[in-house]
Amino acid sequence: MQQTLNTTLLIIGGGPGGYVAAIRAGQLGISTILVEGQALGGTCLNIGCIPSKALIHVAEQFHQTQHHSQHSALGINVSAPTLDIGKSVEWKDGIVDRLTTGVAALLKKHKVQVIQGWAKVIDGKTVEVGDTRIQCEHLLLATGSKSVNLPMLPIGGPIISSTEALAPKSVPKRLIVVGGGYIGLELGIAYRKLGAEVSVVEAQDRILPAYDAELTQPVNEALKQLGVKLYLKHSVEGFDLQGNTLQVRAPNGETLNLATDQVLVAVGRKPNTQGWNLEALNLDMNGSTIKIDNRCATSMRNVWAIGDLSGEPMLAHRAMAQGEMVAELISSKHREFNPTAIAAVCFTDPELVVVGKTPDEAKAAGLDCIVSNFPFAANGRAMTLESKSGFVRVVARRDNHLIVGWQAVGVGVSELSTAFGQSLEMGARLEDIAGTIHAHPTLGEAVQEAALRALGHALHL
Amino acid sequence: MGTHVIKMPDIGEGIAEVELSVWHVKVGDMVVEDQVLADVMTDKAMVDIPSPVHGKVISLGGEPGEVMAVGSVLISIEVEGEGNVKASSQPAPVAQAPKPAAVAAPKVEAVVESKPAVPARPVAPQGPMVAREADERPLASPAVRKHALDAGIQLRLVRGTGPAGRILHEDLEAYLAQGQSNASSTVAAYAERNDEQQIPVIGMRRKIAQRMQDATQRAAHFSYVEEIDVTAVEELRAHLNEKHGATRGKLTLLPFLVRAMVVALRDFPQINARYDDEAQVITRLGAVHVGVATQSDIGLMVPVVRHAEARSLWDSAAEISRLATAARNGKASRDELSGSTITLTSLGALGGIVSTPVLNLPEVAIVGVNKIVERPMVIKGQIVIRKMMNLSSSFDHRVVDGMDAAQFIQAIRGLLEQPATLFVE
Repeated sequence: MQQTLNTTLLIIGGGPGGYVAAIRAGQLGISTILVEGQALGGTCLNIGCIPSKALIHVAEQFHQTQHHSQHSALGINVSAPTLDIGKSVEWKDGIVDRLTTGVAALLKKHKVQVIQGWAKVIDGKTVEVGDTRIQCEHLLLATGSKSVNLPMLPIGGPIISSTEALAPKSVPKRLIVVGGGYIGLELGIAYRKLGAEVSVVEAQDRILPAYDAELTQPVNEALKQLGVKLYLKHSVEGFDLQGNTLQVRAPNGETLNLATDQVLVAVGRKPNTQGWNLEALNLDMNGSTIKIDNRCATSMRNVWAIGDLSGEPMLAHRAMAQGEMVAELISSKHREFNPTAIAAVCFTDPELVVVGKTPDEAKAAGLDCIVSNFPFAANGRAMTLESKSGFVRVVARRDNHLIVGWQAVGVGVSELSTAFGQSLEMGARLEDIAGTIHAHPTLGEAVQEAALRALGHALHL
Repeated sequence: MGTHVIKMPDIGEGIAEVELSVWHVKVGDMVVEDQVLADVMTDKAMVDIPSPVHGKVISLGGEPGEVMAVGSVLISIEVEGEGNVKASSQPAPVAQAPKPAAVAAPKVEAVVESKPAVPARPVAPQGPMVAREADERPLASPAVRKHALDAGIQLRLVRGTGPAGRILHEDLEAYLAQGQSNASSTVAAYAERNDEQQIPVIGMRRKIAQRMQDATQRAAHFSYVEEIDVTAVEELRAHLNEKHGATRGKLTLLPFLVRAMVVALRDFPQINARYDDEAQVITRLGAVHVGVATQSDIGLMVPVVRHAEARSLWDSAAEISRLATAARNGKASRDELSGSTITLTSLGALGGIVSTPVLNLPEVAIVGVNKIVERPMVIKGQIVIRKMMNLSSSFDHRVVDGMDAAQFIQAIRGLLEQPATLFVE
């Protein structure tokens, strides 16, 4: 016996894009149903952003304590720490639980009906979940993305994806990370700090190939210091389960057998377009992503797509902003998705943040720009955090000093993304940042100093 | 350190007052020799006042729109050396000159090292006035962007007055307000309106107003309208344009009219005259300097075709065209805008059937041209289609008798209807 529900808005996917769209729709009085197959919060809250940051924090604390137990310049004496990884995971799960429960409460508060189950698209106005049929006026697709798998490294046993890496039962003695992008490095560094011997295999000639070399240099140095081995320009050929060795091809054509206990495959993410009968809609695609316009509208009227499903940059905060916008569009507001910049952050050690145009991107866009760096080596707060490497970099137009991009690398710079994003969205010029008093002693002073230096009069350099 | 005072110059024609139109400098500016300090308005011409010296502006003698006496202090400039006034005899501004508020107290401080303002410095635009390039992203904060979306405005079209052309909330409000006033005529066509706009009558407009007022108060206007069969002269014109248009330029009807006036005036010297009603003298002139009324952006102007009696058709045509362009572009010199003995006014296709032109004093006649229309006319008992055009002319009845005026117009009519007679000596 089939049950039929009617709603104005039906959202498939309860990740950051879907749940934010649902909350906003609820605020706007739009009757909304959200369908989620696994857990509210999606990849971000359950197996992505949040648990990885929790694990990174555990690793950092453990690493610091271990550091103090050996040679503490800070004068802290502790005995060598031990790690109960089960407890660590429990702590992480507690955070995830609190957050996902919080999302559920918010959805309830905004009168969003959450249906647990796997959605199957019937047409642009009909979705089935089990034996429930849902009729809607607007269909919002927010199914996110999945880890890309390598055919020669099927997940299972010693071969894990980021999902398994975030819920370890034990820390492996040896870990090889396949993929030198931000996911591989964030987890690789964490595992190294938790005590594993970590190697990174990357097909390209440098780590974090999406970022420029100047920016990734401090990360490179940190990897060296931590003892993370890099196999650049190496490609994976296969895994020998008997010998527990990963076969990789070196640039000279030789095949190396790297002995390891675990292999983490972190070679990127792809839109989750399979398994929920998306084909029924026959939407226009843009490669493997759903093609959308600047209002997140797909090629079918009143069918919307947001987040990773709609392509790069695959970032939770982009999905959230899109979700909020689509809800407002459905309530007949005029909106378009037109941010000046979307910050991208790597929680490596040191952290790395990119907002707006890099010097190369500015040049490619035909802009004549001033590029200026201010090193954290000249920042007092950085020294008190035992951080010596890294810098803040600003890119501004030469003609009117309009800032078009900010980048930073260093301990704790992820929090600077707020200032960077605001400066770009507000259309700040170098003089605006240089003329804002930045609190002392903070890392933020390097932001002001970068602007001052671009204007030719840095004070502390 | 001395002070150089520039007085409102006597721009000629015995004018006692000159209107200050625009200041190009302000108190404290450094000026260089030949830099334009101000524009003043005289007999329908704008005259630049250049600086004869290098120095710093210490006071201005008036505000734009102010009518100043010739000889009153226009501007004081602090210069190296002595200047042209003794410090002790620093003149109190002359009568009718500056309002105290407009005069900054001369500063005694030494000239700070500042570069002289570049001559004829253009006013820097605050931001793009028109749409940006399609691919150029308008610079605006998220709140402004959202407001624009809510209001259905393309930010691309909004002028940004903030730093680097940033569009501020105020810019958006201004654009919205402008849009509403535009929209009100269409959207709310029947809405009651209570808005009003005050436009100061200064500069060119004030000049025109004064002259028109003066002319209608002083002269005893009488108008005379006659219709003229221009079929023959139009045929001749078409023929000449076909034959010589490519080499000598196209002819309009105006040079034929100028020629007709020149020929007719030989028998009516009292019409090519200036009447000085204060001196009670009529000056009849041999030369025929025809003023051609021309509409420009800032108002009516009357550039003058000098010695029309000595010009061929094409010569007149070229001069009329050159002067009209110069007047419209504001490039006509004062000489080109004064000294006419009779005026010709034509609104072309807007000519209507009758007009009552206002005299350009101290002239005593103005010939107005109405539009040409094809009309059925009775000629020798037959109805035929002819090109007809009215001439609406005004005369100063104080010194031109009705009979003479009528005969003058009839003479023009005869000349135009038999165009060969225009050229028979």
